[in-house]
Amino acid sequence: MTQKILAAAAGLDKVEAGQLIEAKLDLVLGNDITSPVAIKEMDKIQAKGVFDKDKIALVPDHFVPNKDIKSAEHCKCVREFARRNEITNYFEVGEMGIEHALLPEKGLTVAGDVIIGADSHTCTYGALGAFSTGVGSTDMAAGMATGKAWFKVPAAIKFTLTGKPAKWVSGKDVILHIIGMIGVDGALYKSMEFVGDGIANLSMDDRFTIANMAIEVGGKNGIFPVDEKAENYIKEHSDKTYTIYRADDDAVYDAKYTIDLSALRPTVAFPHLPENTHTIDEIRQMEAIAIDQVVIGSCTNGRLDDLRTAAEVLKGRHVAKGMRCIVIPATQAIYMQAMEEGLLKTFIEAGAIVSTPTCGPCLGGYMGILAEGERCVSTTNRNFVGRMGHVSSEIYLASPAVAAESAVAGVISAPDER
Amino acid sequence: MTMSIRNYRKERSRQNVSGWIFLEQALSGANRDMNAKGTVFKYGDNVDTDVIIPARYLNTSDPAELAVHCMEDIDADFMKRVKKGDIIVAEKNFGCGSSREHAPIAIKAAGVSCVIAETFARIFYRNAINIGLPIIECPEAAKGIEAGDEVEVDFDSGVITDVTKGTSFQGQAFPEFMQKIIASEGLINYINNK
Repeated sequence: MTQKILAAAAGLDKVEAGQLIEAKLDLVLGNDITSPVAIKEMDKIQAKGVFDKDKIALVPDHFVPNKDIKSAEHCKCVREFARRNEITNYFEVGEMGIEHALLPEKGLTVAGDVIIGADSHTCTYGALGAFSTGVGSTDMAAGMATGKAWFKVPAAIKFTLTGKPAKWVSGKDVILHIIGMIGVDGALYKSMEFVGDGIANLSMDDRFTIANMAIEVGGKNGIFPVDEKAENYIKEHSDKTYTIYRADDDAVYDAKYTIDLSALRPTVAFPHLPENTHTIDEIRQMEAIAIDQVVIGSCTNGRLDDLRTAAEVLKGRHVAKGMRCIVIPATQAIYMQAMEEGLLKTFIEAGAIVSTPTCGPCLGGYMGILAEGERCVSTTNRNFVGRMGHVSSEIYLASPAVAAESAVAGVISAPDER
Repeated sequence: MTMSIRNYRKERSRQNVSGWIFLEQALSGANRDMNAKGTVFKYGDNVDTDVIIPARYLNTSDPAELAVHCMEDIDADFMKRVKKGDIIVAEKNFGCGSSREHAPIAIKAAGVSCVIAETFARIFYRNAINIGLPIIECPEAAKGIEAGDEVEVDFDSGVITDVTKGTSFQGQAFPEFMQKIIASEGLINYINNK
């Protein structure tokens, strides 16, 4: 499927794994950390400006609202660049959100698109049948100037998903299970292609979560077939034209895995790699793991489904004494909807705090930094050494359901323990 | 061993062939960089971009400021010990995680002349080439070289020599266009020079 999209974007009938191609880009994305470096590089290119002001998205979201003077300067640099080049899709505080939740919601990413973003989690849009991948700032600069990027066509790994996940098992558990199974370099340079009748049992938010973490196994992208649910999502959010590609029956894969979603259990990745996974059953056999903080949010798990699940767990209950529980709706629209549904009230009554959209704590920026030796259960995507604060702090990656239940219990737990 | 670009350049330079002025410009300042020699800092699997340059320092994009914190969370003494020209050798999946170009920028600004690993994460690989940091995949070298060894790398041939141990390894040689990108100190200068 990835190869078909890339062939079309390169103006070729067919491409094969390993081939170097130059493809036309439908969208180039950057945030407040990566864009300033790209803008500096672009100034050096002596480019006349951007290739298409409608096909660039600039989303200050990492250290926004500005956490300090240096961050403010970075944001100012992006803001002024956007103004100078009349960038249509620049999102100021008040209209912004975490980039990978925001762009699909704004209808900027649709099936068949080729998208690069100077952020590793750009692979999220594969949930909509787009080819999207993370690059660095220099590639972003070249993309903004020329509207093109070169790619080495990736080989593919096929993941056939079957069955229906149990009540508290989500897209996060599916992808953590896969990362645990193949390891953090299990799909290095490759495309992860998801197929199978189990996909119909996954919400769009589940699929965004799964595609989002393709990079955590080294993948170039993760991509889902476009079914009725995905097409409805695209139609609801976008008026862009889209193209649906389907994998050939005789498509070539480097490896094939089948995953029975009904057999999956709530899964947690222990420090300090996303591949260190344990099911809740294994965790119950261990000594209880006491935690200090819970974060529910990020480009991985800050969407409406995630907040609804967390609220369902927290409704009428209270977080453990001394627990800091931080909930971050990923976009303003999600924030608003969560407010209308009463989810925010549930969170606050349960003793959690609710923040404006930001990547903040996920990468140890601000809004929830960990002190020496502290432990956090987080719905984010990485648990590397020092990722959320002090080098001796620990991050346990989990689903919103596990995170919310753990906030109440004070130790790592899953909701069916009630 | 084939003639290195450095020698080739000298040779052409001596002959003063006008047609080579362009290449001379593209490669200016490159001769000292097309081979690396230094003391090895050794790391294991999955060295991620968060330990190469923690996000708490990403409120700047100044290479010198970033270099101050290079490798801080995995090797607190790195910046005290590293000398210009030194070499990082690591095992699998070096540079995994974030797409931050600040990671190879910090390594380069710290004075490191080359990174050798069994494999690299793909975004890091691309970023390193784009900013002109030489990197080479070589599983045998990643296993055979130890911390503190003196190592030489010839980018033309891809040969990595462990001077301390007297061993050598065949790494992946850079194709010419990649050598030019590195010699130009990055993709943007390379494009401008074209």
